[in-house]
Amino acid sequence: MSEKQDNQLSRREFLSGSTAAAGLAVAPGVFLTLTAQAKPAGQPVSSENRWGMLIDSNKCANGCTSCVSACEQENGWGSANPTENKSSPEQKAQWIRKVTLRDKETGHVQSLPLMCQHCEHPPCVDVCPTGASFKRADGIVLVDKHICIGCRYCMMACPYKARSFIHEDLQDQLPHAPRGKGTVESCTLCVHRVDRDSDKAVPACAEACNSEGHRAMVFGDLKDPDSEISRELKNYGGEQIRADLGLNTGIRYRGI
Amino acid sequence: MTRLYRFARNLPAGILMLVTLALPLVVQGGGVPMPDVPKAKRHYSADSECVAPVDEMRKNHMEYILHQRDETMHRGIRTPQFALEECINCHVPENTEVRAGNPEHFCSSCHTYAAVKVDCFQCHADRPVKQTNFHPLTSGRMPHHGSDISNNQESLSEETLLVLTNQGGKEE
Repeated sequence: MSEKQDNQLSRREFLSGSTAAAGLAVAPGVFLTLTAQAKPAGQPVSSENRWGMLIDSNKCANGCTSCVSACEQENGWGSANPTENKSSPEQKAQWIRKVTLRDKETGHVQSLPLMCQHCEHPPCVDVCPTGASFKRADGIVLVDKHICIGCRYCMMACPYKARSFIHEDLQDQLPHAPRGKGTVESCTLCVHRVDRDSDKAVPACAEACNSEGHRAMVFGDLKDPDSEISRELKNYGGEQIRADLGLNTGIRYRGI
Repeated sequence: MTRLYRFARNLPAGILMLVTLALPLVVQGGGVPMPDVPKAKRHYSADSECVAPVDEMRKNHMEYILHQRDETMHRGIRTPQFALEECINCHVPENTEVRAGNPEHFCSSCHTYAAVKVDCFQCHADRPVKQTNFHPLTSGRMPHHGSDISNNQESLSEETLLVLTNQGGKEE
């Protein structure tokens, strides 16, 4: 009996000792990530970050389109820009869309948001003749509309149908999301938010999903092992859409 | 003698040339008024009216904007000093009906005079947009919640539960 108590004591001692050690180990780690992530406004983006998103289609509610409307409001397209009124629905800009999948055998219905997947090896960048379609150091794929000639090769090359072409003169664009006739555009991963505050930035779609209570979209730094997205991916995994293409997408899905 | 002769022979041509050169000056001075450039809303700092000396900005603003354009687009540097957004915020009144292309617009006032076309505003906002429209705290919630945000939260969390319990292969 006394021997058992001794054992328990020694285990408790061991446990308390180990947690103290873990606490010490975590504290400097947290401090390090804070200093590493905050980017001052005058500093360029670096390849030490790679922004990505994890989307859990099990948590994504059928019929809910708050991510899409949030993106419209944030970036001034679709319903948020009534001056794009002459194009047909197929021609209109679609930075993010809700896709519903139905399994023919089981009848199981899934829905998920689909947008630019911010590939590590983006086909849109490969085919661009002017260099307008490019990938930033931090992995965000963008269109530089100043040098886009509107050839739309990138739209053909994208396996995810993520890009749109603007067919008509627009007005009342938002200052942080310039868009105009004759250029191609797509999801920017709310790059203006990321640049302003990379520590706390959340794209408008993920923010809306959280405020709806679904929490299906997790945004973060794939290269930071302590970020929520990296921990989730490490513990529970995540899939790429068309992983067979070897594009290494920054947007990962779960439950597809 | 020959020199004098040559001078006399060329005199009418010289006078004609001078008159021809001076003619546009006379017409311009009388016909096209100097642009009436709208005043900026505020001074950049106590020492400086604009983000660089005014003469420098009049002459080279396009270089600054072009440089900032590439820095922002490709390297994510969004410092406000030479940002087009800040030019517009300071030089164009809010809620104005005057759009780019109208000679009363700050940019167009000079560009019309100088006959230099700008294509910035095919894509960029030509007047200030109120910050509240896209504040990080409100965007994404405003469009679809309306006023009864708390009620929506209740029903949506139930919906989330439904979806979560249905994930075992059943259809919703």
